[in-house]
Amino acid sequence: MADTAVLAAQVPAVEGKARPGDTALAARLDALDLPRGGFTRPAREDAAQRLQAMGLPGARDEYWRYTDPAAFNAARPQPVDLAADTSTLFTGIDRLNIVFVDGRFDAAASDALEAEGVEIESLAAAEARADHWAAGLYGRLEAAGQVPVKRPFATLNTLAAAEGVLIRVTGKLDRPVHITYRRSAADADVHLHHVVKLEEGAELTLLETGSIGARSNVVIEADLGQGARFHHISAKRANDPKLGLGHIFARVAAEALFKSFTLTVNGLMMRNEAVIDIAGDDAVAHIAAAVLGDGDIGRFHHDDTVFITHAAERCESRQVFKKVLKNGAEGVFQGKILVKPGAQKTDGYQISQGLLLDEGSQFLAKPELEIYADDVKCSHGSTTGALDETALFYLRSRGVPKERAIVLLVLSFLADALDEIEDQRLRDDILGRLEDWLTARAGNPGKAGSGGA
Amino acid sequence: MLEIKNLHVKLEDEDKQILKGVDLTVPAGEVHAIMGPNGSGKSTLSYVLSGRDGYEVTEGEASLEGESLLEMEPEERAAAGLFLAFQYPVEIPGVGNMTFLRTAVNAQRKARGEEELSSAEFLKLIREKARTLKIDAEMLKRPVNVGFSGGEKKRNEILQMAMLEPRMCILDETDSGLDVDAMRLVAEGVNALRSPDRAFLVITHYQRLLDHIRPDVVHIMADGRIVRTGGPELALQVEQHGYGDLLAEVG
Repeated sequence: MADTAVLAAQVPAVEGKARPGDTALAARLDALDLPRGGFTRPAREDAAQRLQAMGLPGARDEYWRYTDPAAFNAARPQPVDLAADTSTLFTGIDRLNIVFVDGRFDAAASDALEAEGVEIESLAAAEARADHWAAGLYGRLEAAGQVPVKRPFATLNTLAAAEGVLIRVTGKLDRPVHITYRRSAADADVHLHHVVKLEEGAELTLLETGSIGARSNVVIEADLGQGARFHHISAKRANDPKLGLGHIFARVAAEALFKSFTLTVNGLMMRNEAVIDIAGDDAVAHIAAAVLGDGDIGRFHHDDTVFITHAAERCESRQVFKKVLKNGAEGVFQGKILVKPGAQKTDGYQISQGLLLDEGSQFLAKPELEIYADDVKCSHGSTTGALDETALFYLRSRGVPKERAIVLLVLSFLADALDEIEDQRLRDDILGRLEDWLTARAGNPGKAGSGGA
Repeated sequence: MLEIKNLHVKLEDEDKQILKGVDLTVPAGEVHAIMGPNGSGKSTLSYVLSGRDGYEVTEGEASLEGESLLEMEPEERAAAGLFLAFQYPVEIPGVGNMTFLRTAVNAQRKARGEEELSSAEFLKLIREKARTLKIDAEMLKRPVNVGFSGGEKKRNEILQMAMLEPRMCILDETDSGLDVDAMRLVAEGVNALRSPDRAFLVITHYQRLLDHIRPDVVHIMADGRIVRTGGPELALQVEQHGYGDLLAEVG
């Protein structure tokens, strides 16, 4: 049942001439069960208006040039079978578990949402509270991140997400918060909106694993106070034939540290956008991803779109994106560093690399630097290539079988991205999963028969 | 040990013949040196023997202890006891030297139907071998050859050789890029591995390596063939008079 009050807010924007895509947007919204919202209601109404004004993206939109938005524009996702859940990621680590099933908070499967120095709630449960700390944040960073590039799906998320996690940290959380997504319905179309606020000097590690839905749209808004430290690691279920959209909007205050790492091991169609605003002096923001795409469960397409703004002095940003592509898989990277006037002594770095394991796969990269300060250090690099034949021969000449040698070289290729995970236990867990997956598939030529000598 | 008969090799992608009938026999327990001017086919010979892609054998054969090498994959040749010390050892970021060596040692053992080494056994062995080559623990932990100096890379090659215990060792210009001290260290490592059931083929431009690794037999290679074979004095002759005179003599 659509909420009429929120939808009513859209009416003024569609007056006048109908635009192409209006019908699609109407159908898209009609298929959703839009929540009324409590303390988020003003933000949702605002989102409804903004969404009407910007519309859904089309193939002609510059920002969607390399990724076809059609599957995300469709009113409903295609039902898909669930991938077998063999994930044991992070289970050996003491952590606070939060479980969502088909986008709904599962209190029984979750730990008690209590820990020293932190407030954690599910969004739906918190809605009824007046004067909520998240009222000034929900949808705010998302709205601020709409300039200069429109991100309609994030706005749709602000409007449509009924659930999510609200985390406010005042101390140093000694164990990670681990969100596990589970899926039971074949056609689950899930919107989740998480809000994270780290007060001055606070520390949090946020982990995300599992399978969200047949189609998912997740927004994380992260507001980091002065000197705060936020580590985010996302590793969704491998081989899940999913459509996934993710946005992370971060505001990083002085001396704060933001680090986000995403592991993608196969899937169908994914786009992750990161919008990071480095607002205070001496802050650090790193974002990294390791992607392994195999077209064996359907056409694989993975897009990372990053926009980092340096608006303060002596800040460091680093983007490390590595994609291993096989069987016609496509990898996209659009990464921008914007250095605003006065953001002196900025140290910006960006690397994007594609490793193509066959000739049918492709990696598309669009690195951008826009610099309005004169005393900065910014560099970017992008490479696309095949496995290094000399290195492969070197390993084999030592007796390492070809399949194993390829696994080692793929891990070697991904090493810089994995090194962005500071916590060794978490890194080892991720590395173990990668190695298992690669080893299980070693020598599997797939559909395109790329495994031959 | 190593038997090469009438070996003809061309580049796979080009119509260019590089080896034009190489005949060579290296018996167990001996050290043979191959010298020759640039472009004579020395390195190609080492690559073809160890199974690198990009070459096509058009005629002839090569065998290791009676087993034909040319049909084997590179890893099978390694398990059969062949080892090539690279002229330019490859850097592999993100893969620890120790992990790499353990993977290699155990893959070979597995291929030969032997029991794999446990972590403890492997550690004990590698520490022992590393010590004699003056390779410190730090170097073992670093990614394979990344940030290693020229000398460290070559010592790392010899460490691999010591760990893998091959029966036939080919050293491709192991002296290139080494200073005198590093060369001595590498030569000592090689000499320590000399044994009645192991053979060496040392490829080099210069005689100086052969002062440290004394060969039993010296071959001169030119234009894709072995054109002269003799004792260590042949290397001295090259050192004093260059290849010109020698090759002129051969015609």
